[in-house]
This record gives sequence, structure tokens and C-alpha cells, in this order.
Amino acid sequence: MSNPSTSRWGLRVLGLGYIFLLLLVPLGLIFYKTFEDGITPPLDAITSPDGLHALKLTLIMVAIAVPLNTIFGVGCALLLVRHRARGSAIIDSIINLPFAMSPVVIGLSLFILYSTNGGWLGPSLAEAGIKVLFSVPGMVLASIFVSLPFVVRETVPVLQEIGNEQEQAASTLGANAWQTFWRVTLPAIRWGVAYGVVLTTARVLGEFGAVSIVSGHISGQTQTLALYVENNYQNFNLPGAFGASVLLALLALATLLAMNFLKRKEAA
Amino acid sequence: MEAHAAHPSSTPRAARLRLPGVGAGLGRGLVVLYLSVLVLLPLAALAAKSLSEGLDSFWTQVTAPAAINALELTVGASLIVVIINGFFGTILAWLLVRDNFPGKGVVNAVIDLPFALPTIVASLILIELWGKHSPFGIDFALTRTAVVVALMFVTLPFVVRAVQPLLIEMDRDMEEAAASLGAGGFTIFRKIIFPNLLPGLAAGIALAFARALGEFGSVLLFAGGLADTKVSSVYISQLIETGNAQGAAAVSVVLLICSLLCLVLVSLIQRWSSRHERSSGLTTMPMSGFDPGVSSISSAQHDEEDDERE
Repeated sequence: MSNPSTSRWGLRVLGLGYIFLLLLVPLGLIFYKTFEDGITPPLDAITSPDGLHALKLTLIMVAIAVPLNTIFGVGCALLLVRHRARGSAIIDSIINLPFAMSPVVIGLSLFILYSTNGGWLGPSLAEAGIKVLFSVPGMVLASIFVSLPFVVRETVPVLQEIGNEQEQAASTLGANAWQTFWRVTLPAIRWGVAYGVVLTTARVLGEFGAVSIVSGHISGQTQTLALYVENNYQNFNLPGAFGASVLLALLALATLLAMNFLKRKEAA
Repeated sequence: MEAHAAHPSSTPRAARLRLPGVGAGLGRGLVVLYLSVLVLLPLAALAAKSLSEGLDSFWTQVTAPAAINALELTVGASLIVVIINGFFGTILAWLLVRDNFPGKGVVNAVIDLPFALPTIVASLILIELWGKHSPFGIDFALTRTAVVVALMFVTLPFVVRAVQPLLIEMDRDMEEAAASLGAGGFTIFRKIIFPNLLPGLAAGIALAFARALGEFGSVLLFAGGLADTKVSSVYISQLIETGNAQGAAAVSVVLLICSLLCLVLVSLIQRWSSRHERSSGLTTMPMSGFDPGVSSISSAQHDEEDDERE
């Protein structure tokens, strides 16, 4: 019968069992598989020249894409919430586009635009000596594209919630727009922005599909950690694939911790 | 004129009055430029490429048997997955909001793991877990089941995170009233809780569906690119590798339209539910004066109820 405690236990078993099987077992397995033969094989794989290069390239992606999308995201959120400019609805839906698109489709769009063989921008950029496809600039463009919405989406609700009374007070007291932003608005929205930055960073660190299409998979040159995982798996170099995977999984866990921390800060 | 006003230090008073307008104009220009160069231009190139050899060729590419097979698999697997995750996601949201058990905080945090973990890593883990080296001796890698399991993994958080806030906000009065009138647990769920959660559930399912339609990394290694296991995104990547960029673009346009429809659906649901809330006069406004009173009353009732149970 529907004894409340029986049904409660039933739901617990169902829900937690699902999480356990779908998330925790796989997560545990990756650590077990990687360190099965000790710490040396995965460590060697990551510290190999190709592994280190992949790590360096991944960090370069983060260093370029995250600041750009953060500045854009905060500016765009201010525009959407505070200025209700004409065309806000259109801008808002364009920002959601990367969420609706397959990473492969994003990669393909950039591939077609920057193709040296008949792309709209490829040939003239090639003449100017700029190589976009199969090199770092294309991969950066792909990273920016896939991670574009996060900061905007996290900042907009916070801006709406804080209202603009304090900003108005600041400007009545003689602060200019710049001072109002740095001293009043930014401190009030910082945890929301930080949350968006964490999501952006996680996405850029692990992006595979879009970057894969434009990278050309040149190991030691255009391989990020995510591409390094796939390449090593396909070449039966399992320690390499697992080593890089564990590194990415640890970064994912750090992301979760940061998200948790920031959510609490935001609620406080 | 405008460039002049962008230097506020020279005429502070005039600048203060005019800066918002000019700043907004400049800001809007920059935002539109950023979006155009980075997002719209590539998309325009994609659309143009898909039609570059005429409508007939577009249609041929989109209706090729392999393209249709891939799309059918993508849509079918995504439907199965959102139904499964709709069910388990609702249970998990309920457990996280209404139940108390040791390790609840950890479960709440770990729900977002699929958002944080790179998809290619998920694929590698899944193939080790359910492939030929499976520690349980269960091997369904490179089958259609693998497509479903990979999509289950990556779309898990959507429904939980969409239903959770609705459950937190929900007034417990109606449930108490129903219980005092003699309704059983299941009746209360079916007649009261479920209808209230429906907007969140629908939005979460639509978001999960959009994500599943485009998923690539997690299915790539685990389900592979065989004739009967390749989803649309894998099919597109194969077309690119064989040099058929126009065909890849055509299939991409179809896939993109499908996911855009999902997002339109989400925004319709959100608009509908916010209008619905306003007209029913429930206190869903996050006004600081209103909310604490309501929630402290309901949590007091919650405590009482727990005491009775013990």
C-alpha cells in the first residue's frame, strides 16, 4: 500500500540508483582505469611533448575566449536589461543560438566561412597571410562561438533582481556611468558573472565537436586536450587517452565545486 | 558629436545627462558587431553553402537514405531519452527539494557533472564501462542502445534543474488541503504536484531534446559511425571528411531548424507559465517583503509534519 515511508524509500532507490549507475560508477571507473598500473603511464602521457602542447593550447583557448565572452556578456546583459534598446528581443534570441546548435554544425559554419577554397573570408585572409582553418585562430573562433551565451544568461537575471535604484542614487550623487558600473553595479552582480565565467571556462576547456571540425587534428600543433583524448584512443594509446581524460575530469570536478560555492555566495 | 560625448571628463554635467544614450548606442553597435561577425556571418555562410548547388541538390542531400536514417535515429533516440530523463529528473528534483538524506548536497552538486565533463571524456568512460572491456561483462557499445545511454548521460541535468525551482516555490497548502480531505500520495501527485510542475518539466524536456539532437562528442566513440548507429551530427562530420561540404551544410540546416523549433517551444512555455502565474495571483515575485513570511510558514508546517511522522 501507499505507506508514505515505503513510497519515499522507493523514490530514493530509483532516483539515487539512477545517479549512481549513470554518473558515479562511470566517474569512479575513469579514475580506476587510469591509475590501474600506477601513476607513471598516465603521467608520462600527459608530460609527453604532444600532451604538454595540448595542455598549453587548451589554456590558450581559455585565456582568449573567456575574457572576450565575459566582457561581451556583461556589456550585453547591461544593454538588454538596463537600456531595453530596440532590437533587444532579436539580440536575445541570437545569443541563445549556440545553445540550439550542434557543435558539429558550429564547426562546419566556420569551416565554410573561412575555407580557402571558396569561403567568403578564407581567400582574402589567406592572401593577407592569416591562416584561420586548421590553426589556432579557427579553434579560438569555435571556442568563442560555443561558449558565448553563458555569461549573458547568468548575468541578466541578477541584473533584473538588483534593480537600478542604487545606480540611480550613485548617478544623482555625481558618479559618471563608468564609476557607477565599477563601484555599484559590478560588485552587486559579481557572483552571477563569476558563475557564468565558470560555465564558460568549463565549456571551452572541454569543447570537442566544433574545435575538432576546424582544427585539422595536427598532433603537436592543433590538438587541445579533448582532441588529444580522441586521437590517443583511436591510436590505441590508452594511457594517453585516460591520462588526459582524468585531467579533464578533475577540471570538471573543480568546476562543480566552484559552481556550488558561487551558488551559495549568490544566495547569501 | 557622439565621439565627443564619449569623453565625459571634459564636460561632466552634460556627459552625465547624455552618456546613457550614447553609451547604449555605442554598446548596442558593439554587441551587434560581435554577434554578426562571430555568429551570424558563419551561419549565413552555412545557409548559402547548403543552397549553393540549387534547391534540387539541397533536397537530394537531405532526402538521401543515409541522411534520413540518421535523422530518424537522432529524433527517435532523443525522444526516448527525454522521456526517461523526464521521469527520473522529476524524481530527483523531488528528492532534492522535499526529502532529506545523507549526502544530499553531494547529489545536488553531482547532477551538473554532465554539464562540466567534456563530452569526449564521457564517451571514453561509457565505452570502457559498457564496451568490450566492461567490468560487468555487458557490452552494447556500437549499438543503438549506446546512442540512448550516451544521450541519457549528457541530458540528465536539464529536467532536474528546470523542475527544482518550481518545487521549491510551490505552496504546500494545496497538498495539505488535499491530504486533509483524504487524498492519497499518488492522487496528490497526479492532481496537484504534477500540474504545477508541468511548465518546468516541459521546458526541461524541450531543452534536453534540443541538446540531444545536436550531441556529438559523447556518441562518437561509444556508438560510432556505423550505418545504423550514426546520429545526424556524426553523419555531418562524415560528409565533411569526404569533402561533401554542401551536403553537410544541407543536413546541418535541417538539424538546426529542428533544434530552433525546440527553443521556440521553450520560450512559448516560459511565456505561457509566467502569464499563468501572474493571473492566478500567486506570490512568485521575489520581493523581499513578501516571500520570507510565506516560506517560513510552509517550512514550519513541514517541520510539524516531519515530527508527526517520526
